[in-house]
Amino acid sequence: MSAQFLSVRNLNAFYGQTQVLFGLDFDMAEGGITTLLGANGAGKTSTLRALSRMLHTVGDIRFEGEEISRKATEDVARLGIAHVPEGRGTFVRLTVEENLQLGAISRPDKRAIANDVDRIFNYFPKLRERYYQQAGTLSGGEQQMLAIGRALMLRPKLMLLDEPSFGLAPLIVQELFGILRTLNRQEKVSMFLVEQNASLALDLADHAYLLETGRVVMSGPAKDIREDEGIRRSYLGY
Amino acid sequence: MDLFIHQVLAGLATGAIYACMALAVVMIYQAIDHFNFAQGEMAMFSTFIAWQLMQWGFPYWAAFFVTIGISFAAGVLIERAIFRPIHDAPILSHVVIFIALFVIINSFAGFIWEFTIKAFPSPFGTKPVLGEGLLSAHDAGMMAVVGIVLLLLYGFFRYTRIGLAMRAAAANPDSAKLVGVRVGWMLALGWGMAAAIGAVAGMMIAPVVFLEPNMMLSILLYGFAGAVVGGLTSPVGAVLGGFSVGVVENLAGTFIPYFGSEMKLSIALALIVAVLMVRPSGIFGRKVVTRV
Ligand SMILES: Nc1ncnc2c1ncn2[C@@H]1O[C@H](COP(=O)(O)OP(=O)(O)O)[C@@H](O)[C@H]1O
Ligand SMILES: [Mg+2]
Repeated sequence: MSAQFLSVRNLNAFYGQTQVLFGLDFDMAEGGITTLLGANGAGKTSTLRALSRMLHTVGDIRFEGEEISRKATEDVARLGIAHVPEGRGTFVRLTVEENLQLGAISRPDKRAIANDVDRIFNYFPKLRERYYQQAGTLSGGEQQMLAIGRALMLRPKLMLLDEPSFGLAPLIVQELFGILRTLNRQEKVSMFLVEQNASLALDLADHAYLLETGRVVMSGPAKDIREDEGIRRSYLGY
Repeated sequence: MDLFIHQVLAGLATGAIYACMALAVVMIYQAIDHFNFAQGEMAMFSTFIAWQLMQWGFPYWAAFFVTIGISFAAGVLIERAIFRPIHDAPILSHVVIFIALFVIINSFAGFIWEFTIKAFPSPFGTKPVLGEGLLSAHDAGMMAVVGIVLLLLYGFFRYTRIGLAMRAAAANPDSAKLVGVRVGWMLALGWGMAAAIGAVAGMMIAPVVFLEPNMMLSILLYGFAGAVVGGLTSPVGAVLGGFSVGVVENLAGTFIPYFGSEMKLSIALALIVAVLMVRPSGIFGRKVVTRV
């Protein structure tokens, strides 16, 4: 068997003394979109922070066969894992251009970087108009697009997306998720998507995990979960 | 009127000194969000190194650049060896270490080079350039040096990838790590650059105030004042702040009755308080526009 793309075993995470994740197990196949669903406070953000090594954890995290649970956040990013954090993590005082350049800061292939900026403009034309503007002056939707654009500049193998729909108008969310689907297909970026908006995420993803108070309580193909009325009623509330 | 212009020019000359120091202060403040109280002592020590090199026969500019290199390395080393291990410690731990560094460097310099004052040469000479007693060649040269340092810094932060990475690391360390910036090393680099700028400041100041272990005591205070007036966020603000403090100090000393030169130092403190009361983010401090 070839090495799993992303594989997490018995992952426990802590803020100081407080444990917030309890023995998580999950896997993800290359090229796919996996979603992690759960109510507010379930531990979704903590799971992503654990993957990016921003949280103290005990357990195994393997990415392309390599154990990453003892690496620094910077080194995980350099392996090709781009984390679009909760709240977007925009460098608000820097320009859109500088934010995008920062996405590629760990790449040595300077010449290809300019091309990638153009590619990102194709997906997010608004960013071209705002290129020399301070990122803090962008609208919420534009900032989310910038955050995703910045992550793409890493040429990531895996993107970790923390509630990209949060705080955005429904129309903008539709547009954004459409672009995520295209990115997944055209750029071959695997995505690990954290969402509260279950119906939206299940439409996009191929596989889903359901998190409750730091434990995985349900998992399966997104299609099955979407179509199972019992699960929807009892766990997803729609 | 003549007296006024004279005092403004003199103020600009001393302001250049404060501007140098304020620049070094802001460099560190940007990186670590604290004032480095030992900054002045580090600059003083660097100046002694330059003096020692010249005693050993180095020509001025060779000593100048070697000192900058040594100071840069020492700044990086201090961050890696002392401040990295306590990175997450409370502010008070940082303050204690700053004070310890201050005392250690001060007495170490006194131990090696003694507390007697030493003359330090100026590479620009001391001839007046704008009429007798107005602006000396050294004053003019010092201003030029401040300008060059500022330009270099601007170019570095604006046009290089590593400068961009440093700005990102200072603005938002978590996001910077997520894009792969080695934030710890950016901090160390910031320390190195601040130490190097401090060295330049020390070497420019020493011909004016003479070289001795306590030469930077009041100057650091003025440097802080300049940095605070400048808003603590930008090198340009720091330099403008430094010049403002120099000019205000000189004018107050001359034109406010009974305000003798002994009272000058309190001007720096009064200015900090006044600016912070009116504009908490400093005169040149940036306000961020954010939409959500
Ligand atoms: N910085 C923190 N310190 C302590 N506890 C935290 C911190 N951040 C989150 N938590 C706790 O961890 C749990 C999971 O939070 P989080 O991962 O943010 O959930 P979600 O992203 O699913 O809303 C919650 O109980 C929350 O209160
Ligand atoms: Mg969250």
